[in-house]
Amino acid sequence: MTQPSNLSSPAQIDDIRPPLTSIGVIGWIKSNLFNGLFNSVLTLVTFFFLCKIVPPLIRWIFIDSLWSSTSTECRSASGACWSIISANYRFILFGFFPYELQWRPLSAMILLIGLLLISRHRRMWSKTLFYAWTAGLFFMAVLMKGGIFGLAPVESTQWGGLPLTFLLAVFGLAAAYPLGVLLALGRRSRMPAIKLLSIIYIEMIRGVPLVSLLFMSAVIFPLFLPEGLTINKILRAQAAIIMFTAAYIAEVVRGGLQGIAKGQYEAAESLGLNYVQTMRLIILPQALKIVIPPSVSILISAFKDTSLVVIIGLYDILKTTQTTLANPSWMGFSREAFFFLSCIYFVCCYTMSNYSRKLEKEL
Amino acid sequence: MKLRKLWVCAFVVVMVLAAGSISAGTLDDIKAKGFVQVGVNGQLAGFGIPDEKGEWKGLDVDTGRAIAAAVFGDAKKIKFVPLTAVQRFTALQSGEVDVLCRNATIILSRDTAQGLDFAQVNYYDGQGFLVPKKMNIKSAKELNGATVCVLPGTTTEQNVADYFRSNNMKMKPVVIENNAELNKAFFAGRCDCLTSDTSQLAGAKSVAPNPSDYIFLPEIISKEPLAPAVRHGDNQWKDVVNWTVLALINAEELGISSKNVDEMLKSSNPSIQRFLGVVPGNGKALGLEENFAYNIIKQVGNYAEVFDRNVGPSTPLGLDRGYNALWTKGGLMYSPDFK
Repeated sequence: MTQPSNLSSPAQIDDIRPPLTSIGVIGWIKSNLFNGLFNSVLTLVTFFFLCKIVPPLIRWIFIDSLWSSTSTECRSASGACWSIISANYRFILFGFFPYELQWRPLSAMILLIGLLLISRHRRMWSKTLFYAWTAGLFFMAVLMKGGIFGLAPVESTQWGGLPLTFLLAVFGLAAAYPLGVLLALGRRSRMPAIKLLSIIYIEMIRGVPLVSLLFMSAVIFPLFLPEGLTINKILRAQAAIIMFTAAYIAEVVRGGLQGIAKGQYEAAESLGLNYVQTMRLIILPQALKIVIPPSVSILISAFKDTSLVVIIGLYDILKTTQTTLANPSWMGFSREAFFFLSCIYFVCCYTMSNYSRKLEKEL
Repeated sequence: MKLRKLWVCAFVVVMVLAAGSISAGTLDDIKAKGFVQVGVNGQLAGFGIPDEKGEWKGLDVDTGRAIAAAVFGDAKKIKFVPLTAVQRFTALQSGEVDVLCRNATIILSRDTAQGLDFAQVNYYDGQGFLVPKKMNIKSAKELNGATVCVLPGTTTEQNVADYFRSNNMKMKPVVIENNAELNKAFFAGRCDCLTSDTSQLAGAKSVAPNPSDYIFLPEIISKEPLAPAVRHGDNQWKDVVNWTVLALINAEELGISSKNVDEMLKSSNPSIQRFLGVVPGNGKALGLEENFAYNIIKQVGNYAEVFDRNVGPSTPLGLDRGYNALWTKGGLMYSPDFK
């Protein structure tokens, strides 16, 4: 039996293009924006509001705005006054660090960001990177503190702005993570004393807001010390942040530990691995991978929480911005200043979540 | 274990040393460490706020500099510690700062139960009202039924409620936590009047879209004498702080300013000679150099200079001397003799 040849040969079939209304731009618009009555109405309403909001916003940000003027000129302008940033950016970014020496926190930050960027790639994780971090941290400390290599010493009370935010965040998170893992292991431990202590710690810290911990560290703690002995305010705040974040990390990691099937533990035991080996080689690598998304969201919120140190009088980047706004010449330009500030926070937090997604894919 | 014992020993030694060093008296401690630690506000324009370069500016800040000039002959031997309202007294008691120049109002409970001692007042403040001119009222007594913009959780809120109640008037408070937002709400017309300390109202008025549209009402409804504070019980150090503030005032009264202080050294007026240490005595009595007052005036200026530089008519705050004028000009600033 022979089939009609004009049907069996694909070359013979005419490629009938789909109607013009279902491909290309028009097709996309139709299928995505106007499919059905409800969606069409929704699109029109959204479009209407965008038209109302976007052009004036762009006008305010770019066209009517002033970029480097005095505050008096700003007050008569109708657009945004970015001059508050250009006139005050050095105080906002570096706080009380001596004006002429502000290249030092700047280079310390560049060093830190460089190291973080290099550490992004897993293939770079090696002994060399470890040494690079050690050297980098040493140079950062030297740059901030001074006192050797002919650098003028700078008191830590004069640290402020973005370097302080980074310092609190990076060291806070770096120290809180291992502590949190230990607490999670402790809570799952079979030894009653360790288990109880871990539970008490975690529940107590999670039961109070960070603000009250910071207050304790700043207001109540000094009263217990002998008169005249003071512990650095930054250190105290740093300790509070570490303690707080660790408790939350612990609960997230515990979730990961409980998510690992019992068979994994038994398999490890049957191989004759001891507790440390089991945890390090079998359980934690799997558990920590599962909990990447929730731990990153904790790290991100911890990063933003560092701004709470304003209430104990540390000049992180939020406080330096608020201080600039309390200056009579620049009072009232809070929109511009906080817009600038939120951009900085957004870049940092977005980078973190971006990296975590990459890490999840790779592992 | 051994290491742990070592740490405990080290901690005890540090504590004993710390306890030992404090007992020598604040003035000796300060001389030994080489700088004065001054607690300041940090966000109050005209009193304690850093400028664009991170340099401290303000009336309280200059008071602190005067203390450093008195102790060391160098106004730069000073460290400013910005403190929040809750922290300030703890910081003083725990020795984190030596003196508090942070617009603290003298009240009985602070002077007694809180363990503080207040020196001479360096600014007399009081709570007032700012209203739009177009409301056309002349007195706070006409504010019955008004909506009042006020910061929550301060004595300000309490004072204004008391004032309205004692005058049988009704008010609708609009409380907004943040000072800048509060001012914005007032200028946007959300309330009929804004109430706060007059020095802060002046700051708010200066940033109004059109400052001349607003006027102060004549009533001042509270007394806010702002003074530097020290720990209770260290009389020598309190004397130093006290007479430093008085030196600023006395210099103005004697007509000595940072510009003419060098000529004044040659003055034949015995009051001036004693004040500037040409005739010795005052310095030794306070435990300072004989020329401590000269150093204060030379490096910081007299009270009028400090006032004009930070809060006076040429500044954004644009405050009049008012109660802070010399007693000879109808104000409250009055200094005993330096002899």
